Amino acid sequence: MADLTMEAPRSRLRINSSAVVMGLYLLFLMMPIYWLVNMSLKTNQEILSTFSLWPRNLTLQNYVTILTDPSWYMGYVNSLIYVVMNTVISVAVALPAAYAFSRYHFMGDKHLFFWLLTNRMAPPAVFALPFFQLYSSVGLFDTHVAVALAHCLFNVPLAVWILEGFMRGVPREIDETAYIDGYSFGRFFVKIFMPLIASGIGVAAFFCFMFSWVELLLSRTLTSVAAKPIAATMTRTVSASGLDWGVLAAAGVLTIVPGALVIWFVRNYIAKGFALGRV
Amino acid sequence: MDWMAWTLPTAIFFATIAALLVIFTILAIRFPETPRRGILRIETTRGDRLFITLLGSAFINLAWLGVVEAYQPYALIVCLVYAAAVFRWV
Amino acid sequence: MDKTVNHKAWFLVLPVLALVAFSAVIPLMTVVNYSVQDTFGNNQFFWAGLEWFDELLHSERMWDALGRQLAFSAIILAIEVPLGIFVALHMPKRGVWASFCLVLMSLPLLIPWNVVGTIWQIFGRVDIGLLGHTLDKLGIAYNYTQDSLAAWITVIVMDVWHWTSLVALLAYAGLQSIPDAYYQAARIDQASRWKVFRYIELPKMAGVLMIAILLRFMDSFMIYTEPFVVTGGGPGNATTFLSIDLVKMALGQFDLGPAAAFSLMYFLVILLISWVFYTVMTNLDKREGV
Repeated sequence: MADLTMEAPRSRLRINSSAVVMGLYLLFLMMPIYWLVNMSLKTNQEILSTFSLWPRNLTLQNYVTILTDPSWYMGYVNSLIYVVMNTVISVAVALPAAYAFSRYHFMGDKHLFFWLLTNRMAPPAVFALPFFQLYSSVGLFDTHVAVALAHCLFNVPLAVWILEGFMRGVPREIDETAYIDGYSFGRFFVKIFMPLIASGIGVAAFFCFMFSWVELLLSRTLTSVAAKPIAATMTRTVSASGLDWGVLAAAGVLTIVPGALVIWFVRNYIAKGFALGRV
Repeated sequence: MDWMAWTLPTAIFFATIAALLVIFTILAIRFPETPRRGILRIETTRGDRLFITLLGSAFINLAWLGVVEAYQPYALIVCLVYAAAVFRWV
Repeated sequence: MDKTVNHKAWFLVLPVLALVAFSAVIPLMTVVNYSVQDTFGNNQFFWAGLEWFDELLHSERMWDALGRQLAFSAIILAIEVPLGIFVALHMPKRGVWASFCLVLMSLPLLIPWNVVGTIWQIFGRVDIGLLGHTLDKLGIAYNYTQDSLAAWITVIVMDVWHWTSLVALLAYAGLQSIPDAYYQAARIDQASRWKVFRYIELPKMAGVLMIAILLRFMDSFMIYTEPFVVTGGGPGNATTFLSIDLVKMALGQFDLGPAAAFSLMYFLVILLISWVFYTVMTNLDKREGV
């Protein structure tokens, strides 16, 4: 008891200083985002004429513009199509591979694992030009498949590494018991193993989704009209004529939404996902 | 395949690397690898040493081209010495 | 961690192998092929030998870009790592506030990179941005489109804003693994705050911090989108980092030969760093396995 009473004032003081540090840091993080949202709710005229910390004439016109103009909203549709395709492909091929890496030794396993890592680390800038040539020559230029496949370059390795990190946490005894009970590999994998690492699959899918969603260079290089992603739509508007800051800000806000929607569910796995399952 | 613009030298280059990989795979099957600790203080197997050799050789060639500026094939001699050193001590 | 030897496991890896070979090996071979040839459009190639490598190794353009790149990576690491640790140490350990902080801190990490650029492009503008306007009112001359120092500061602050949370979250994960008993022991010994950090928290964080540093280095080393959107590599070439320069060369001027040679050298450096990264990670895994 004596120990507790002695401890109380000191710890409260520490909590307060922590709160100040965290408050300042979060303020620093939120300010630019707030400004973007603020911009998106103003008319372009207000943005350019008056400087105000909050919208005087609250308007949703910018969002209406985006959601009714096909050249804008098709950007989101295109992005979503190739991102979902990429996520499905990446996780599907990564699952068996990650299982192999987490359970078995085989010829060249370490080198293969390392080679996958180098692809996660490879700069898209290096691959932009050959990808452009490759997909042009096979007639896939400006299709969603091309971007989805191109993003596999870094997303497949990412998914393999993340899933391997989750799978190594599952005791081997479970596999062995299932095999003794007469499960075939396929049935065991789908019925028993996948539910066990469901959260891992979710995290891997989330990160594949996200890295494909945020990527600009490859998706811009491999598309021109039909599959043009939202990221490219945004940059091209800036460079052309559209200094329509309100619409640009609204477009930005809308791209943040998918991440913000699921953030709560993955909050405890963010570090693990970025660290390729190694935390 | 046209767009890949193959040339004979690059084809030979890739064939050499592919051959090296095949040889080392066969070696690994015949004489299983045992990791050891060398001067880098990390465990390496034969395959790791091959990788270190190839990557190092690339940098040696670049350094030769950029700094020494002598006849390029001489750089390959340096690479061979380097390879021998890697396989002996790393 | 005793795995059984099973060479049949290769079959499980085959799909990944096929896919990544298609999207990594074929393009890389192409890059090698291009790097030794010259082209005058329309797939007419001429043998150029090592000319492009020679030219690039002696050109200021590449060395300048590399220098800027290294300076940028060094600066952001020097800021983000200590700041990230500092923030992690002050995060609530558990409860609603911990979740609240986690969510808000993760937010910048999940914003598309070009939107990160857009955010700071708007935020920093003197006429309409909060930051630019405030600095202007304070009488500080700040214009990131014309002044290279301002451009650098903007790009760096942007990266700090974008990625410090990652370092913090990783460090936080490391801190979470420290049992309370350690802190109690330290309290009994009346260890100072610094001693607790130096002898308990830092060693426990070392592994994840190493990962964080390498990840941040890699990702900053290939940064493209964010500075491209904000400054476009300018003013002049002030913020033209390796990737921006390469894209300019490859897709802007369509100089296949030099761009391919540039790509190869860039990739070699990346390979080297990846190898260090991998070695560090496997050694960490081993240490944890013991």
